[in-house]
Amino acid sequence: MSDHVLSIKDLSVHYETNAGVLQALRHINLDVPKGSIVGVVGESGCGKSTLISSIIRLLAENATVPNGSIEFEDEDLLKLGQEEMRAIRGSAMSIVFQDPMSTLNPVLSIGRQMVDVQYRDNKTYAEKLQRSKEMLESVGIPDPAGRLKQFPHEFSGGMQQRISIAMALQANPSLLIADEPTTALDATLEVQIVHLLKELQKNMGCSILFISHHLGVIAELCDFVVVMYAGEVVEEGSVRDVFYHPAHPYTRKLLQCDPAVIVEKSRHLPTIPGEIPNLIEVPRGCVFRDRCDSALAQCATQVPEWDECQTGHFVSCHGVDS
Amino acid sequence: MILLLKRIAREPMGLFGLVLVVLIILSALFASVIAPYDPIALNIKERLQDPSINHLLGTDQLGRDLFSRVLYGGQVALKVALISIASALSIGVVLGMLAGFGPSWLDNLIMLFFDTIRSFPTVMFALAAVALVGPSLGMVIVVIVITSIPNYGRVIRTQTLTIKNNEFIQAERVMGASLGRILRVHVLPNVMGPLMILASMDIPTVVALEAGLSFLGMGVKPPTPSWGSILNDGYTLIRNTPWPIIAGSIPLILITLGFTFLGESLRDLIDPKLRKNL
Amino acid sequence: MSNIVEACNVRVRFRIHGTLQALLKGSKDPFIDAVRDVSFSIREGETFTLVGESGSGKSTLAMALAGLHKTAEGSILFNGEDITKMDDEAMQSYRKKISFMWQNPVGSLSPRLNVGSLITEPFHIHNLKQKDLKAESDRLLQLVGLPKHFSERYPHQLSGGQARRVGVARALALHPKLIIADEPTAGLDVSVQGEILNLLNRLQDELGVSMFVITHNLNIVRHISDRTAIMYLGRFVEQGDTDNIFAKAKHPYTLALLSANPEADPDAKINRIELKGEVPSLMMRPTGCEFHTRCPFVSSGCSDQFPPVLNEGKHWLTCHYPR
Repeated sequence: MSDHVLSIKDLSVHYETNAGVLQALRHINLDVPKGSIVGVVGESGCGKSTLISSIIRLLAENATVPNGSIEFEDEDLLKLGQEEMRAIRGSAMSIVFQDPMSTLNPVLSIGRQMVDVQYRDNKTYAEKLQRSKEMLESVGIPDPAGRLKQFPHEFSGGMQQRISIAMALQANPSLLIADEPTTALDATLEVQIVHLLKELQKNMGCSILFISHHLGVIAELCDFVVVMYAGEVVEEGSVRDVFYHPAHPYTRKLLQCDPAVIVEKSRHLPTIPGEIPNLIEVPRGCVFRDRCDSALAQCATQVPEWDECQTGHFVSCHGVDS
Repeated sequence: MILLLKRIAREPMGLFGLVLVVLIILSALFASVIAPYDPIALNIKERLQDPSINHLLGTDQLGRDLFSRVLYGGQVALKVALISIASALSIGVVLGMLAGFGPSWLDNLIMLFFDTIRSFPTVMFALAAVALVGPSLGMVIVVIVITSIPNYGRVIRTQTLTIKNNEFIQAERVMGASLGRILRVHVLPNVMGPLMILASMDIPTVVALEAGLSFLGMGVKPPTPSWGSILNDGYTLIRNTPWPIIAGSIPLILITLGFTFLGESLRDLIDPKLRKNL
Repeated sequence: MSNIVEACNVRVRFRIHGTLQALLKGSKDPFIDAVRDVSFSIREGETFTLVGESGSGKSTLAMALAGLHKTAEGSILFNGEDITKMDDEAMQSYRKKISFMWQNPVGSLSPRLNVGSLITEPFHIHNLKQKDLKAESDRLLQLVGLPKHFSERYPHQLSGGQARRVGVARALALHPKLIIADEPTAGLDVSVQGEILNLLNRLQDELGVSMFVITHNLNIVRHISDRTAIMYLGRFVEQGDTDNIFAKAKHPYTLALLSANPEADPDAKINRIELKGEVPSLMMRPTGCEFHTRCPFVSSGCSDQFPPVLNEGKHWLTCHYPR
C-alpha cells in the first residue's frame, strides 16, 4: 500500500457545452497523504467543485474524463463500476457540504437520519442509535440523546454543520472531503468548526481534503496546501512552504491581497488585475501569463512543467528553477 | 425568438410539433384559397360521398365538401383559441400579479374568486349560459375566458410570490419604484416564460372545448363549420358512413399533437432545470 | 463636520404571532425586538461600519435606515428630518437621496434588464427621463471602471465583481448623500474584494458620499471605515473610532470577534478568546447582560444586572467588566 490515501495523477475533466468543449480540469496532480489534512485553495472558476465531483464520481452528464487516474486506497476510482463506487461513498469516503441546511432532510429527525446512513452495518437499531449518540457527543453537541429526536430546523447553522460532520464520520471513513464547510458560518463559529475538524482528525486518524477560499482557515487547519487556478494545480506543498515561500506568482499575489493579511489601514488594497481565461479556448502557454508580473518569453508558448522546486514542494512556473 | 425556433427545430419532437402547428395555422389562414368548395354550399346530389379526388374527405348529409368544412372549421377553432386564451391570459396576469404582490386581503379575495369559478364544471357553466343567452361563438369565447382565468391567475400568483422576495425587487422598492413599475418592468418579464408554455399547451384543450360545445349544439350556430358540428353531423350518420366523424377528428388529433409537442419542447428549452447541456 | 444621520434609541420589532394566537397562548408580548435601543450618528463624508454575526439585527437596522422597516420607537434624523415620521411624498424624496447596495451582487439586479437599463433605472423611477440616459449610463460605467459596451450585457453574463460594480454604479446614479451597503464583499473572491473596497474608497474620496456599511468580515472594516459599531442581539455593545476599536477594544464580544479571525500564517500564535455555545434566541433574551451566556469572562452581577454604559466620547461600550 502506498502512503497516500488519495492520489490523483494527470486528471483532466472536460464538459461538452453548446459553445464548445470546456476544459474544466487540465492535468491535475494531487496527493492526500494518510492521516493528513490537505487544503485546496482557489477562487471561483478554478475547478474546485469539478475536482470534488470527479473524486466522488458524481460528474454532470456532459462531462468526460479524457485522461488521468484517481487512486483511492490503491484502486483507480475511474475504473470502478457504479455499484462498487456506491459502496465506497459514505463508508470509506464521505463528504461535508457548504450548506448544512440543504444537506439534512428537513422532514426526518436527526436520529432517524443518522441511523439511516448506517444501513450497511449489521447492527440492531439500538446499537445504531447508540453510535449516533456517541458521534453527536464527539462533535460537541450537548444532550445528544435528547437532540436525536429533534429536526434540522431546530438547530442553528453551526449545530447543523456539526451534525453533518458527525454523519460523515459515522462510518469511520479514511477520507473526508470538506467542501467549504465553514463558508456559511459566522467567524466565531467558523473557528469552532475548524478546531473540531482538527481534533476529530487527530482522534479518528482519517485524512481530510479541505476545500476553501479562506486562506486563514487553510493556514490554521491544514498540513499541506494545493493551489488551483483556472483548472490547473499551480502549486502544492506543505503549509509552511506554501505560505512562507510561495513559488508561483499566483499564490504570492493571492496571499498579498487577502485583506486579513494587511494589518496597516490602507485606502488602496492590492488586487490581481485581469480575469480568469476562457476555459473553452484555453490560451497557449501558461494560463496565468496574462495576469503575471514576471512573465517570460517562453510563458506565451510553452505550458510550464510540474516540477519539484524543493523537496515536497511542487510548482508549475517557468520562472522557478527546479 | 428565431434562435429559440431554431433550437426547437433541432429536436425531432419539437420539429414535428412546429411543422404541424405551422401547417394548421397556414391552412386555416388560407382556407379560402385552398378550399375547393364553399363550405356551406349545399349539393344534395353529391351527399354522403366517400373520399375521392373531387372530395378529399367526402361529403356530408347535405352534400357539403368535408375537406373545405374542416379547413374553415380550423379558422373558427383558432379564432376561439387565440381570442379566448389571449383575453384569459391578460386578465389572469393582472389578477395573479395583484394577488401575489398585493396585501393579503386582496390575495384572499382574488383566490376566493378563482376557487369559485373552478368549482363549476365548465360544461355545466356553458349549459347555464346557453340557457340564458342562447348559443353563439361569442358565448363560447366568454365561457372559455371565464373558466380559464383561474388557471393562468394561479400560475402567475405562485410565480409572483417566488419573485416577490428576490433581492432585485427589494432593491427596486428602496429606490422608490411604484407598484405598477415593479409589476410591469420587473415581475412580468420573469413570469411570462412559463406562462407562454402553459398557454401553448392550452390551445388544444380550448379547441377541444369549443368542439365539444359545438358538438352539443351549444357553440357556433349552423351552418358555420366547426370541427365539433362536423363531428355532431357524423355522429348521427355513424351507421351510414364513418367519413364525417373521421374528417372531424383528424384535425383535433393533429392540433393536440402539434401544440403539445411544441409546448413540451419549449418547456424543456426554457426551464433551466430540465436543460441538459448547461 | 455635521452629522448626516442621527439615530436615537431606535427599536424595530417584529410580530411573531398574531393577536389571537397571543391571547390563546397567554403570552403578553407577541413581538420580538430585532433592534433595540440603538443610537448612532454618521458624519458627512465618513464611513460608518456595523459589525455583527448573522441574526444580530444589523440588516434590520439597515432596512430601517432605508425606510423599509417601520421603527417602533426612537427617531432617525436625516439632515434634521425624522424619516420615521415621513409621509409617502417625503419618503420618496428621501429615497432619491440615499441608495442601497444589496448583499447578493447578481441577485439584486433585475434579470431581464441589461446593464444600461439597470443603472438608469433610478432616473425612470424618479421621472428624470429628460436626461440623456445613454450619456448617464456611460458616465456611471466609467465611474466604476467598466467599459461602455457592458451596457448591453445582462446580469447572468457578469462575474460577481462586475455585477457588484454595476450595483455601485446604480447606487451612484442620482448623486446620493448616503449609501447603505449590505455586505459589499460577500460572495466575492479575495482578489476581487480588494478591487471593490478600493472602488468604494475612491468614490468616497471623489464624491464625498457618506456610507453605512454592514458586514461580518472584520478584515475589511479596518480599510474602509472611520467609525465602527459592534452589534449583538439587536443592541450595540461597543462603538467608536475604527482605529480605537482595533487597537483597544474593551468589550469581550468585540475581542472574541477580533481574535476569531484566522490569519494566513500557519505558525501564528493567537490568544484566542473562544465563545461558548450559540447566540440565544431573540424570543428569550438573557437577563442582565445579554452576552453573559457566552462570555468567557462572566462574573458576578453579569447575569442579573444590565451593564453600565461607559462613554469616553470616542469610545462607547456597555459592559460590567471591560477588558
